[in-house]
Amino acid sequence: MGIAETYSRGREFAIERPFALVLGVIAAYLLGDLLLGLATGQTQFADIGSLAWDGLMRGLVIGLAGIGLSMTYSILNFANFSHGDYITAGAFSGWSTTYLLAGLGRADIGALMLVGAGGSVYGGTLGIGMLSTPLAVIAGIVVAGGFTILLSLAVDRTIFKPIRDEGGITLLITSIGVAFALRYLMQFVFGSDVRGTTAQPPSVGLYLVDGTVFIDAHDITLLVIASGLMLGVHLLLQRTKLGKAMRAMADNEDLARITGIPTERVVRSTWIIGGGLTGIAGYMFILWKGTLGFNDGWLLLLLIFAAVILGGIGSIYGAITGGLVIGLTASMSVLWIPSAFARAAAFVVMIVILLVKPSGLFSGRSTA
Amino acid sequence: MSVRDDIAARMPGGDAGLILAVLATAYLLYVLAGVVLGYDLRGQLNSLATLTFYIGVFAMLSLALNLHWGYTGLFNIGIVGFMAVGVYVMALVSKPTFVAGGAAQVGGLGLPLWVGIIAGMVAAAVLGFVVALPALRLRADYLAIVTIAMSEIVRFSFLSGDLQQFQLFGSKVGFGGGSGLILDFVPPLEALFQSVGLWGVYLGFVDATKVIVPTNPKPVVDGLVYGLLLLTFVTVFFWLLKRTGESPFGRVLKAIREDEDVANALGKDTDRFKIKSFMLGCALMGLAGILWLMPQGAVTPNFFRPRVTFFVWIALIIGGAGSNTGSVLGGATFAALLYQGPRYFQNLVTTVLPNLDSPPGFGQAIGPLISQLDPVPFLLYTIDSIRQLQLVVMGLVLIWLMHNRPEGLLGHRKETASVISLSRPKAAAAATDGGSADGDVQTDGGVDVADNNGGVDDE
Repeated sequence: MGIAETYSRGREFAIERPFALVLGVIAAYLLGDLLLGLATGQTQFADIGSLAWDGLMRGLVIGLAGIGLSMTYSILNFANFSHGDYITAGAFSGWSTTYLLAGLGRADIGALMLVGAGGSVYGGTLGIGMLSTPLAVIAGIVVAGGFTILLSLAVDRTIFKPIRDEGGITLLITSIGVAFALRYLMQFVFGSDVRGTTAQPPSVGLYLVDGTVFIDAHDITLLVIASGLMLGVHLLLQRTKLGKAMRAMADNEDLARITGIPTERVVRSTWIIGGGLTGIAGYMFILWKGTLGFNDGWLLLLLIFAAVILGGIGSIYGAITGGLVIGLTASMSVLWIPSAFARAAAFVVMIVILLVKPSGLFSGRSTA
Repeated sequence: MSVRDDIAARMPGGDAGLILAVLATAYLLYVLAGVVLGYDLRGQLNSLATLTFYIGVFAMLSLALNLHWGYTGLFNIGIVGFMAVGVYVMALVSKPTFVAGGAAQVGGLGLPLWVGIIAGMVAAAVLGFVVALPALRLRADYLAIVTIAMSEIVRFSFLSGDLQQFQLFGSKVGFGGGSGLILDFVPPLEALFQSVGLWGVYLGFVDATKVIVPTNPKPVVDGLVYGLLLLTFVTVFFWLLKRTGESPFGRVLKAIREDEDVANALGKDTDRFKIKSFMLGCALMGLAGILWLMPQGAVTPNFFRPRVTFFVWIALIIGGAGSNTGSVLGGATFAALLYQGPRYFQNLVTTVLPNLDSPPGFGQAIGPLISQLDPVPFLLYTIDSIRQLQLVVMGLVLIWLMHNRPEGLLGHRKETASVISLSRPKAAAAATDGGSADGDVQTDGGVDVADNNGGVDDE
């Protein structure tokens, strides 16, 4: 009897949710393949550890930048395609400051301010790093956040505010225009070359079963700053009236306004929090990976979208979780598929989530 | 809005006349620019051929996008992915089979060109089906993100070394990876004329043009004839989409765009209609991609960056979503002014002021401006980096359009669903036009009439 019941329940499940069943089979196959690889020694535990750590770092950057995107998506009701270029703008402004402070007196000021455009100064030669030049890095983080706040407020005031009552698609198309203008303006100023920004940071090796996983100082910096900021945003939105006002606005803007919530001020606060986090995420991303190019933010943007949709638009926990899932997927998928498809795998995960749970993992819990 | 439509109405020949007028203006501008640049006849003809080429491809692409966005309301920003699939599948099918020691790293199946083109279109349509199946049930902005993600997946796939070469039906084929793929099939014009048995006649015609272009006239004539071929394709696209829009199928599409729930409530299977429309548009995008890259001789995956998608969107928004005439106009305007225009401007400046050394970077350009108020190096650097600034300008144009004219030059025209003319007498229209200052009211009556009086119906 027990067997028959289980069987019929299983059959019902298979009929009702065929996608979930197929996914389950695929997941089981991938896990089996991995375990087999581990058992036969083809895959090493240390490799998995390194990839997972890499994915965690990537996920923190995506999650941090995703919070801002998720907030503007739910409160202003549009997918902001210029978000990726806010990341790049934050990175360039912050790194310009870091170069200036780290290299003052050792190189031409103009070359430092342009982050060594055209190979005039190299970050490695200046010895930039969290441990070697901590003040320059911290100043860079602050400037990256501050500049991106100013940029996003200015763009909002001049470009998004006049058409705020239009539909989401109108704003989306406009944001594509903003993205184009910003990105190629940055290319105009900073040049199109990808430059190395940091000296090799010191690292520690952790022993894991059959090998070592290396963790360097910039990984730790990213971990500390990203989790600190995430915790800060959580407290800000949970403990203050602002968070409540944001939730109310995401729910129903008209109702929020007649209840006396100053909606424009809430919008401004959204851009300030979102822009600041985005700029810092851009700076940390460059510190972590050690290279900077004018396309970096745009290339990251699609992964951020994937993370935000995965987590459920409007939820900052969703953005963080989604970011970690997408980051881990992008890094760890190379265990099964060729590395050229790693980014594609992250998009496939997003599409699968859209199929199975279109409202995202944290659906219904908007803004914190 | 009514001013523009009045222009369309007063134009002899209606919408077709408007298109011809815009094309003629563009050509005139380019000929004048050529005169200033001191081009000889060969140079002039070449520049006109290039202009025609880009007008053709952008008009085709924005017509195809108009089917998605203007008719059905599907927000597709993965256009370039469908183009890439079309081209690569066409190359796979039509490239000659692999010969060891040849110039090409990999071969193809060696089938005729037309088989390849059809295969490419079918592949693009199938990809459209795969994308549409999950995404159409979701919100419009989700479809946007899914389609752009798809176009990047396509690009990464063609970039990867794993698809660089593989065995298919016993022959060595592949997509060439990041180093690109040589399109070493018979040149498209030769294949076209040979298939109708007119290749000899065409070569005779090329020989005859030696009167105008004495040395080696073939590339020039080829370019011009290919441009004309593209314009023919634009006409075919236009006709096809006009017919589609006027058919019962097209009426359902417009109903879906206006209100999907209502269309559903009337018993239309809207998902099915959306998928069909999406697949048709994708096939047309694949064809446009094939026609764009077929004569180039080689194709690399990085040509298919998302920016090309946004070029097409800007073209469609300039022209006005929902209007086929607008799509062609937008494509032509975009190609002439925003795409080719800045490059011409750069050529003009460097011809008028030759032998100027522009500074190598922004630092060297801005330095003199700050220290000695000397703007010359900065201006030179600006001219030199016009290809980047061109994209900045496109972004600003897009923002300006969304602020001031989101409906484009000819968008939101009244589309009559009825097969018979519903136009009222002109007097009534004038009253509606004069009686209200509000744009929305005008669209109800005035525009409809102005459109129909123009002679040629747009939709």
